[in-house]
Amino acid sequence: MLFAFTDEQKMIAETAQTFFRDNATSARTRLAMGGDGVDRQLWSAFCTELGLAGIALPEGHGGAGLGMVEFAIVAEAAGAQVAAIPLLGLATAARAIAAGGSEEQKAEWLPRLAGGEAIAACEGVPAMAAQGSRLTGTIEFVPHGAVADMFVFVAPGKAWIVRADAPGVSVKAQVTMDQTRPFATVTLSGAEAEALDDPAAAIAAAHSGGWICLAAEALGGAQEALDRTVAYAMERVQFGRQIGSFQAYKHRLADVMVEIEQARSAVYWAACAVDENSDEAQLALHAAKSFAADTFFMAAGNMIQLHGGIGFTWEHDAHLFFKRARSIQTMLGGGNFHREQVAAMVLGEAA
Amino acid sequence: MKLGFSPEEEAFRAECADWLICQMAGEFSDIKGITTLTAKAERRKEWEQRLAEFKWSCIGWPEQWGGRNATLAQQVIFAEEYARAGVPGRVNHIGIELAGPTILALGSDEQKQRFLPGIAAGTTIFCQGFSEPNAGSDLASVRTKGRLEAGEWVVNGQKIWTSLAHISDWIFVVTRTEEGSKGPKGLTFLMMPLDQPGIDVRGITQINGDAEFNETFLTDARCPADSLIGNVGEGWKIAMGLLAFERGVSTLGQQMAFRNELDEIVTAAKANGAANDPLIRQRIAKAEIGLRLMRYGALRMLSNNDHSKIDGAALTYKIQWATWRRNLGELAMDVLGQAGEVGEGSKYEWGTLPNLFLYSRADTIYGGTNQIQRNLIAERGLGLPREPRSDL
Repeated sequence: MLFAFTDEQKMIAETAQTFFRDNATSARTRLAMGGDGVDRQLWSAFCTELGLAGIALPEGHGGAGLGMVEFAIVAEAAGAQVAAIPLLGLATAARAIAAGGSEEQKAEWLPRLAGGEAIAACEGVPAMAAQGSRLTGTIEFVPHGAVADMFVFVAPGKAWIVRADAPGVSVKAQVTMDQTRPFATVTLSGAEAEALDDPAAAIAAAHSGGWICLAAEALGGAQEALDRTVAYAMERVQFGRQIGSFQAYKHRLADVMVEIEQARSAVYWAACAVDENSDEAQLALHAAKSFAADTFFMAAGNMIQLHGGIGFTWEHDAHLFFKRARSIQTMLGGGNFHREQVAAMVLGEAA
Repeated sequence: MKLGFSPEEEAFRAECADWLICQMAGEFSDIKGITTLTAKAERRKEWEQRLAEFKWSCIGWPEQWGGRNATLAQQVIFAEEYARAGVPGRVNHIGIELAGPTILALGSDEQKQRFLPGIAAGTTIFCQGFSEPNAGSDLASVRTKGRLEAGEWVVNGQKIWTSLAHISDWIFVVTRTEEGSKGPKGLTFLMMPLDQPGIDVRGITQINGDAEFNETFLTDARCPADSLIGNVGEGWKIAMGLLAFERGVSTLGQQMAFRNELDEIVTAAKANGAANDPLIRQRIAKAEIGLRLMRYGALRMLSNNDHSKIDGAALTYKIQWATWRRNLGELAMDVLGQAGEVGEGSKYEWGTLPNLFLYSRADTIYGGTNQIQRNLIAERGLGLPREPRSDL
């Protein structure tokens, strides 16, 4: 038992943090927000120069063969800068293919996804009309859906790969509050789909990957929101004092730190539990997703409040954090949903 | 990063669990499940001695002093199995967790010889004399005075909230030994025997009707000149270091006691139908998540190998568990309804859950109130400006 990063993990963290801090700048993120929500230069450098996109994908298919702890380290660093990149698809779609796809599907998609030659998106639907290998239906709120080259769609007991350029697929970008991860509506009209061999494994992998990715992003975002607010508290003077010397201000920031420390435990507990295939994994995932998302929202809300007027402007980055936090809270199941799953487990009710 | 335990560690877990369960089923069954600090104190002193006899009293200490040199993982395992088996809290927890480690780290060889065997054996029970009527949150403003006179320290003053003083043998007191000094300067850390004419211990009845803590009056109380830890004037530094020991492995045992409380709430909620209420379910889930995060926070804190930075998990731990437990007490009452507001016998005595509700109001006060914790977190953890003070 050692609940601390190894030297290798510390190195990955340092590399990823430096990369996103230096490159995912506010100016570049805002350019992406005005476009399709992807900082292409950042994404390409992340996938090729840094080579971190495939960190948790299998070695035989262009990945590094590491686990969700390492993925979470990277997602935390990306989330800290609200980086406009389609990272989530690597945790959901790519992991679903790695866990439940055929050898051909893995060989076809994973190296391209890890290398940044293709972008993946994933979304679940309650049900999908399938006729043979053709799907019909509308899938809303597909994160980074408008830039995806391929989709993994999952419905209860089923999972499919759909190519964005296949006949019968139409994609419409939605004006999205969080412009760093915009949604799209995907409409399938008898579109050709490839079923994944092992849908149960694919769905489980997409869930665990997605929840960990979002929770880790939330952790990074919360910590950065806190750090930036602390910096402002030291610099801003009112009533002849640094505003950070007022107890009302200090206590709010202290409360944020208390939540963040717990969120940090939650994220790496969940990532470890998945990597170690622990029987706590499900509970840990629900805990991490709900707790980290709420923590991020609390931190980002305080970031606006404690910056005062400037925090409410478009010019300041506080709204990037705030909107990302809100988006993460709802995405892949809201807090109440996840806590209800935990309650059912605690009360010994069959899920 | 690794959460699982090795097969050897799991074997150690089985060994601890077997022994503890066996003791609680046998000779010590009468103390199983006690959750208050002081109930059946005499029997629990015997239990301390039983632990020592089988070398389970202070497993993290060096073997020379009655310990096993246990690894961190082993200490974690023992603490968890201890509480899981329903063993009551250690009446000598101040000795084992605070006084002992302080003496080990800072005491002279002679002091180690004098105190450690008794602490390890459960025959020297310690309590802590820090707070005073006018030195609560502002702990550094203690007024109890100590002076050296004919080879002895002579101490006068009053300590308060001295938990367990009425069943203890020794007290460590922070005392002002430099005339005219203020705040953290001029304080000295003394260890004094309680059984002497100059010390008078009077119980304080708490909101739950129990009296676990006391007022301790020192009137020309005495101890030998070599009873101090560290040097004259270093008392503050030592007291603060000692508070840091409080955040050790024992937190994991405490969490297993919390687990028992949460389990009892879950059982009650299932029995009376509260478990069907979606809001209660959310709160049960939050309590469960909070408890798990406490465990993993403690494991992070114990595994921490980067001492270049402030340990955020350690710094935030107190307010985290205290607030969690206070919320748990409120959840307990919402689950129980009015059944939680009536006792069973004829005395003003409470079962586990109503007692949890009342007792947990102390958790956010002792050992640094939530408000003091927030100051500490903001100042040490976030580097924000310190609170101004006008009296130094």
